[in-house]
Amino acid sequence: MPLLELQNIQKRFGGVTALRNGNLTVSAGEVHLLLGENGAGKSTLMKIVAGIVERDSGRMLWNGQEVFLRTPSEAAAMGIAMVNQESLLAPHLSVAENIFLGREKRTGAGRFGMVDRKGALELARHTIAQYGFPLEPEWPVSRLSPAGRQMVEICRAIHHGSSLLIFDEPTSSLSDTETDQVFRIVRDLKARGMGIIYITHRMNELRVIGDSATVLRDGETVHSGRLAEIGTDRLIQHMVGREVAQIYEREHLEPGEPLLEVRNLSVESTKLKNISLTLRRGEITGMAGLIGAGRTELCRAIFGIDAPQSGEILVGGKPARIRSPRAAVQAGIALVTEDRQVSGLALRLPIGSNVTLANMERISRLGFLDLKYEARAASELGRKMSLKASSPAQLAGTLSGGNQQKVVIAKWLFRQSNIFLFDEPTRGIDIGAKAEVFELMGELARNGAAILMVSSELTELQHVADRIVVMRQGRISGELPRGCSQEQIMKLAVMEVAA
Amino acid sequence: MNRRLQKFLPFLSLIILFVALSIASPYFLTANNLASVARQTAVFNTMALGMTIVIITGGIDLSVGSILGLAGLGGAMALEAGDPVVVGVLIGIAIGTACGLLNGFLITRLRIPPFVVTLGALGIYRGVALIISNGLPVHKIPSGFSFIGEGNLLGVPFVLWMLVICAVAVHVILEHTRLGRYAFAIGSNRVASVYAGIPVNFHITAVYAIGGALSGLAGMIEASRLMTGQPTAGQGYELQAIAAVVIGGGSLNGGEGSVVGTLIGAFIMGLLSNGADLLNISNYWQQVIIGSVIILAVTLDEVRKRRAV
Repeated sequence: MPLLELQNIQKRFGGVTALRNGNLTVSAGEVHLLLGENGAGKSTLMKIVAGIVERDSGRMLWNGQEVFLRTPSEAAAMGIAMVNQESLLAPHLSVAENIFLGREKRTGAGRFGMVDRKGALELARHTIAQYGFPLEPEWPVSRLSPAGRQMVEICRAIHHGSSLLIFDEPTSSLSDTETDQVFRIVRDLKARGMGIIYITHRMNELRVIGDSATVLRDGETVHSGRLAEIGTDRLIQHMVGREVAQIYEREHLEPGEPLLEVRNLSVESTKLKNISLTLRRGEITGMAGLIGAGRTELCRAIFGIDAPQSGEILVGGKPARIRSPRAAVQAGIALVTEDRQVSGLALRLPIGSNVTLANMERISRLGFLDLKYEARAASELGRKMSLKASSPAQLAGTLSGGNQQKVVIAKWLFRQSNIFLFDEPTRGIDIGAKAEVFELMGELARNGAAILMVSSELTELQHVADRIVVMRQGRISGELPRGCSQEQIMKLAVMEVAA
Repeated sequence: MNRRLQKFLPFLSLIILFVALSIASPYFLTANNLASVARQTAVFNTMALGMTIVIITGGIDLSVGSILGLAGLGGAMALEAGDPVVVGVLIGIAIGTACGLLNGFLITRLRIPPFVVTLGALGIYRGVALIISNGLPVHKIPSGFSFIGEGNLLGVPFVLWMLVICAVAVHVILEHTRLGRYAFAIGSNRVASVYAGIPVNFHITAVYAIGGALSGLAGMIEASRLMTGQPTAGQGYELQAIAAVVIGGGSLNGGEGSVVGTLIGAFIMGLLSNGADLLNISNYWQQVIIGSVIILAVTLDEVRKRRAV
């Protein structure tokens, strides 16, 4: 008997149908992949399983019994837990406190006992050690990287004593070594007889971790079966609903003159040491490295967020004093951050306002805004980028991840920036939108922009970048030409270069 | 669509309240009573307009009541010293602007939350007003000054004209100028605004200065209505102003709010207290009613937003 069975699940939110026919069967002791583009209904389906959202119709069978879950605690009581993609932790509390949040151990008997801090710390330390996480139970969660937070989420879920665990893109923010750790945990849980639902956008993970897969498209289950019986191309085809011949291929351009030169840059606060890097017109420079290698920190330093102790930055061959993001923007530098919801978009404002945000001068006439021009410009850019939105007045927060990323890029296009720093540009966006983002980056390069592309997806770097610079522990550890292998990249990312 | 709906609900409540009061009390729909409502709410309304921009940036200004007191006192002292009415009013506005500038400067330079800075400023400005006046009101004001608070222009209370001008100005700032757009952007996502190259600190300071200027003007209206410069004037008004913004759909998280919403919010509160007076509902109960309305309005707004997501 399967552990969990979902039959013909339907769910509407207002006028929008999120799920029209969701089917999924998971057995104990298997890792079941849930695939599909953003907006396909994966999250909604999982929220129904985890008791966060109630279904409109259809059946959910748990060990063969029909159940109807109304709250996450009902789901937890049955043994269903979810490891969230966006961390749902209390940042000011410690790792241990977060693991036991809502289920604190008490010293005394009954309701009047005090919270047993020592016991919780011990227990947390034990759980963490069991999986070899680089965490200390006393650390405040606010100081952890996204990867660290993910690990706390996993500890929290495991500790529940669950029999079904849902992982929502657990590796999207992790480096390769950390990803391996997550895989080890997942395999270990599987060996203990747990059922695992695993959502991912990383195609190269599928066969490493999955046993079977279900593909959702437009709220409907379009494929379900053993992974061994289907090719990856067929799976992608199911996800996007059309042939995908060559998703990422790009013609090679001869790079032009340097637009941005970084010379011997060091930043104490973020441990960047002696960085030298040149970005040329028409060239996409890839940047690889583990999480914490200093790639995001380098983008921040170039963009004037963290002040350097030494070194200089040249823009267009001339020394530039970039001491604030404002100065960077005026020098023609654009930063597409890895977390667009936190630092890229004003989610509660319309698309049009977001597009013009970095260049209000262009829509100002004698201090007043030319709102018609703004709407026209935003529509035009949206059309060019095949943005899926009803109008420039739609709120940015209501767009899917891929479309939000397009709005961020549109903002810098409207600014007419020519030096682009892309930090994990495809994070959390689906395959179709990824290809469109790469196309946009290619077009930017063709039109004479210099591009730095930070990515943890080695395959993407291999296909999109003209050359790949690798960082390790705050330094640049080497550079590789187009056509290099993933092994070469990883070697530079992990090991000290022989002198 | 969403935004229109947001404006529609408070407006509907205002109409219903208006109709209900017209039926419940024969005195309500008289020119005298309506004019008195306009005069009573003008002070809160003017302050609330400034508070709207501040709240849109994700900030708050708890010191507006104290600014009102200090500015009204300063303006009245100038009038007592023999300055013409226009100069006195301008001095009141200038004092308000200076207080707002100081707030904005402290918030952006010391990087302390607006709640804390303006909580401190609430005490400081009030204390300064009491020190310079020795706690005594200023009385010897030329009688012409009463025109601002009590006079009519073309048969309509003069304060209403002033309120309309201020409201249109703030609306234009919010919807049609860079400052307004930046206020929304900063309130919606401050980090993204910094990364977009917006001079965030400058605009935050400007917003508090505008709020201060409007509180200064409100102080002069209050002084004109009382024909005294009271160092204790405006105590607790900051909460009324915040309530008006919030009832009108403004969000204390920033990024949301409108002039029309705030005006409706202020008038709802004005009508409630006027209606309660007409219907002989005790002052004690009025406070309970207005408090409940604040919670109810924000609850309805939240429910609507949650559904929209």
